[in-house]
Amino acid sequence: MRLEPIANPSLTRRLTLPALAIVATIVIASLLALIAGGNPFAVLGQIIIGAFGSKFALLETLNRATPLIFTGLAIAVAFRAKLWNIGAEAQLYAGAVMVAVLGTGALQLPAPLLLTIMALAAMMAGAFLLLVPALLKTRLGVDEVVTTLLFNFIFLLFVSYLLEGPLKDPMGMGWPKSAHLIPEARLPRIVDGLRLHWGFALALIAAVVVWVIDAKTTLGFEMRAVGQNAEAARFAGIPVTKVILKTALLSGGLAALAGFSEVAGLKGSLTLDLSPGFGYTGIVVAMLALLHPLGVVVAALFVAAIFVGADSMSRAIGVPSYLADIMLATALLFMVLAILLTKFRVRRD
Amino acid sequence: MELFEILTSAAFWAAAIRIASPLIFATMGELICERAGVLNLGIEGIMVAGAFAGWIAVWAGMPLWGGVSVAFMVGMGLGGIHSILSVPFGLSQHVVGIGLTLLATSATFYTYRVMLPEVSTPPKIDAFQPFPIPILSDIPFFGPALFQQTALTYLAFILVGVVSFTLYRTPLGLAVRAAGESPAAVAAQGLSVTAIRMGAVMVGSGCMAVGGAFLTMSAFDSFFFDMVNGRGWICIALVVFGAWRPGKALFGAILFAAFDALQIRLQQTGIGAVVPYQVFLMMPYILSILALIAMSRRAEVPAALMVPFNKGER
Amino acid sequence: MSGVDSAQPVLRLQNITKRFGPVTANEAVTFDLAKGEVIALLGENGAGKTTLMNILFGQYTADEGQVSVFGKPLPPGNPRAALDAGVGMVHQHFTLAGNLTVWENIVLGAQPLHAPRLRAGAAKAKIRALSEEFQLKVDPDAKISALTVGERQRVEILKALYRDARILILDEPTAVLTPQETDALFATLRKAIDLGLSIVFISHKLHEVMAISNRVLVLRHGKLVAERATLDTDRAELSALMVGAETSAPELSRATPGAPLLSLAQLSTPPIGTAPGLRKIDLTLRAGQITGLAGVSGNGQAALSDLISGLVSPQSGTFEIAGSPVTGWTPRTAIAQGIARIPEDRHKTGTIADFDLTENTILETYATQFSKRGWMNWRGAKAHAEALIKTYDVRCSGPDARIRLLSGGNMQKLILGRVLENAPRIILANQPVRGLDIGAVNYVHGRLAAARDAGAAVLLISEDLDEIMRLSDVIHVISDGRLSPEFARGTMQPEQLGVWMAGDGFEGENHAA
Repeated sequence: MRLEPIANPSLTRRLTLPALAIVATIVIASLLALIAGGNPFAVLGQIIIGAFGSKFALLETLNRATPLIFTGLAIAVAFRAKLWNIGAEAQLYAGAVMVAVLGTGALQLPAPLLLTIMALAAMMAGAFLLLVPALLKTRLGVDEVVTTLLFNFIFLLFVSYLLEGPLKDPMGMGWPKSAHLIPEARLPRIVDGLRLHWGFALALIAAVVVWVIDAKTTLGFEMRAVGQNAEAARFAGIPVTKVILKTALLSGGLAALAGFSEVAGLKGSLTLDLSPGFGYTGIVVAMLALLHPLGVVVAALFVAAIFVGADSMSRAIGVPSYLADIMLATALLFMVLAILLTKFRVRRD
Repeated sequence: MELFEILTSAAFWAAAIRIASPLIFATMGELICERAGVLNLGIEGIMVAGAFAGWIAVWAGMPLWGGVSVAFMVGMGLGGIHSILSVPFGLSQHVVGIGLTLLATSATFYTYRVMLPEVSTPPKIDAFQPFPIPILSDIPFFGPALFQQTALTYLAFILVGVVSFTLYRTPLGLAVRAAGESPAAVAAQGLSVTAIRMGAVMVGSGCMAVGGAFLTMSAFDSFFFDMVNGRGWICIALVVFGAWRPGKALFGAILFAAFDALQIRLQQTGIGAVVPYQVFLMMPYILSILALIAMSRRAEVPAALMVPFNKGER
Repeated sequence: MSGVDSAQPVLRLQNITKRFGPVTANEAVTFDLAKGEVIALLGENGAGKTTLMNILFGQYTADEGQVSVFGKPLPPGNPRAALDAGVGMVHQHFTLAGNLTVWENIVLGAQPLHAPRLRAGAAKAKIRALSEEFQLKVDPDAKISALTVGERQRVEILKALYRDARILILDEPTAVLTPQETDALFATLRKAIDLGLSIVFISHKLHEVMAISNRVLVLRHGKLVAERATLDTDRAELSALMVGAETSAPELSRATPGAPLLSLAQLSTPPIGTAPGLRKIDLTLRAGQITGLAGVSGNGQAALSDLISGLVSPQSGTFEIAGSPVTGWTPRTAIAQGIARIPEDRHKTGTIADFDLTENTILETYATQFSKRGWMNWRGAKAHAEALIKTYDVRCSGPDARIRLLSGGNMQKLILGRVLENAPRIILANQPVRGLDIGAVNYVHGRLAAARDAGAAVLLISEDLDEIMRLSDVIHVISDGRLSPEFARGTMQPEQLGVWMAGDGFEGENHAA
């Protein structure tokens, strides 16, 4: 077989194929549910109800989407420039650590100032964490996929050390967690009484900002040029190395905001199970969004809904909630294939 | 001097070889894929799936070697998914690999929960036992270090020989190496780049899965969720460290395992009382990064690694 | 030529038709090749020669028609079939793995994949015997990456002979050779004919076609438009048949050279991979003059091109533009100094395939002309692209089209427009017409000549000696990173330049042959 580019893919083609990818994912999920002894319709229905069926469920979905928007944006920005940042998990924790360091009483400031400082510090920490692999890539040609992946393991051990050592909560009864944030360091709720904090709004703002950078600024143009064809970009005079490093700073900073928002908004303290893999799930989010910043918001909501819904479904029906992870991985693979097939036709000769 | 005592004890080196074994399987698997031109980032997930598949097969009543075969087949299957997407369709090997790791890992955990819904601690199996090789195992020092391992460890070393011989001494190996260097040259000689690359990815993935199975069937006797714990990523670093050559990669895996065994032992010494244990646990990952940095300027990357091939196109 | 046996066709193409969507690449192509015969397949770029060969070698399946070898039809779509039937191909773009040895490249695919061992000793012995017989000297144990272009071509031919090919197909085999190497190749081919092989010689170089072939087939727009016995035709007729009186090459006026705009003195650069860097070269580009750089590829052209493009800084020596030494040399400063750069590879270096025409148009100027304080001026950029598409006659659906959909010629026109719009003082044209059809070739050459007449200093780098000799006011030859003296137009014969291309002109230097 051979792939032949399609000059002007029709709208039908561009809509049908991604839709088919979603359908295929649902079919596979149904089969797996069947294997586990669940009625596929009940399972899928319960996932939807669990994600959207009540005010509580909906807010839970929005809360779950918040860190995913940040990590999804971080990865979309990086992947667009072909900087393979698989280390969003570590960058998220780097942001969370800064919040735990600054927000537990070390700085006594009014809330707006303290929150701003914490957010900036978190971004700097995350940016720094990705800057190291980015420099290894640009200076020495070390593949950043492996280094960022390995950084995840290293940094999580470092967090584990912090939580058992310097950051350990004296009142934690030996449990590895940080002290609680002071009230000024907490992100307030958007509406009183509703369990949804300002982190969600911040995530939406971040998506818009990234979109503006992408579409309207020279940096966005440069990042896309470097990602599409670094050799041509270098030839045309675009400072490729600088652009990669700027991308790394932006991407690492965005991922760290996920940690900031989770600790300051949702949890109020740092623990080792802060993130159930938001950094990795961000890859799925970014790919499902076709690396578009605004698409990331939609994709993050979709992914969060599946997770939240699957948790609820698992409690109700007993099919393991890992079904959600399978669905996302399957959707990712089907989606990249579908997108390819919108641009290329398969020919048999 | 404690360090000297540790390094000269046969038990230490026996442990190093044991730690190296799963890495050797998986590193050979990754090396086969990369020599054919495909970066397989599915390795981590394939190892998880292999670890589970081999173990559950034995738990369900199959003989040990049956479990190893099941793990290999599962690896081949997952490699098949990778290779269909990354070879004829030429999709980004980064995205496909990460996606496959997510898929294989979550599918494994799902299957575990479906098959063992009630258990809180996973059941144990009768794992591979040390199999002292007659005569050789009686050699002082080397005997206990090398020749009192499990059969699966011996298989790991045999695999290195087989991979090395195949790559450099057979027409098939030449075709695999050429597919990783210049797919156009392979196609011009009437061979199918697609078939060669897909085959390499599937066989390589099978080896990775056996590496995972070593953990549940030889190193331990049960399955835990985080037991692979980044070993796959380390193996990718080991392939680079070994400059894409089986012999050097074997050396890298043993060296690496020796450091790992050393940090385990150092934790129990005076140093371990002072330095937090997390520092020791970080060592394998830091070493991998250092290995990548050390080889960054020297390694001879296969020229067509990560370059898809679409025939008829120039 | 000896012993053409037309009674028995060894290769027969019958009615081959191949369509790609709306494009018909080959239409009802039919011909026979007789034993001991040399057929020249003549046609411009884009005439359908490559598609035809891809069908013969099973990479594509023909929509209609059939290929037979020695009277037996070949199964379609099977790449092995033609090779096993005794057809060997020498590709224009060599299909060799650089990191493997000569013998490994030759043996690849020749032994069944399930064979238990590579028979290296026997293979090398057979290669040595073939080398001897066909005068194709090459060391079987050498790595491909260490070979010259001429040697690599010998390996390509050996690959075919090793598999006992009885029919050789050579695709533009002389494009990369010096005149002397071409003579040696022809000697090898004559030897092959004497031994009963048959040859299809694909080319667009008329004098070579006249020298080597028995029969000429002319392919145009995918169709065979003419067939002539070589003895009954001449270059003028073939040229007209090939091009179809559509366009004519630009007439060059006399040059009026002005002040030196770019001068290099004793300048050296580091090597690029296995290709040499520049070794103490002296070069002056003058206003109103086209300087041609002849040479076999891989002899330092890339180093010179990278230097002038701003990708590489000098290691030693002086580099002056309009009399002032350059500092902080980058692509941006090169552009700012008024250097127009037409890169060798328009797909990889010149354009970004998935960017639209607007974005590709402003790649070099977005920072200076189409943005303010970091904010892009997309409206201005698009208007600029639209104007450029009109001025340079770029055939496309509009500025929003992705550039990957453009033909090579239109892509090159866009690149020309991008760099010429800024009224450059110096133009670096590296292989500007490679792979273009004759209309686009004449267009590009015309634009370069016009820029020269307007006072620009042009450096034309090409492996095509004919192109260099036709267009250049002065010529340099580059060989292994060294630069010959300047030769004025019309003072040198191709063979004399060939001596320099082979590195034999550099008498009195340490490396003189």
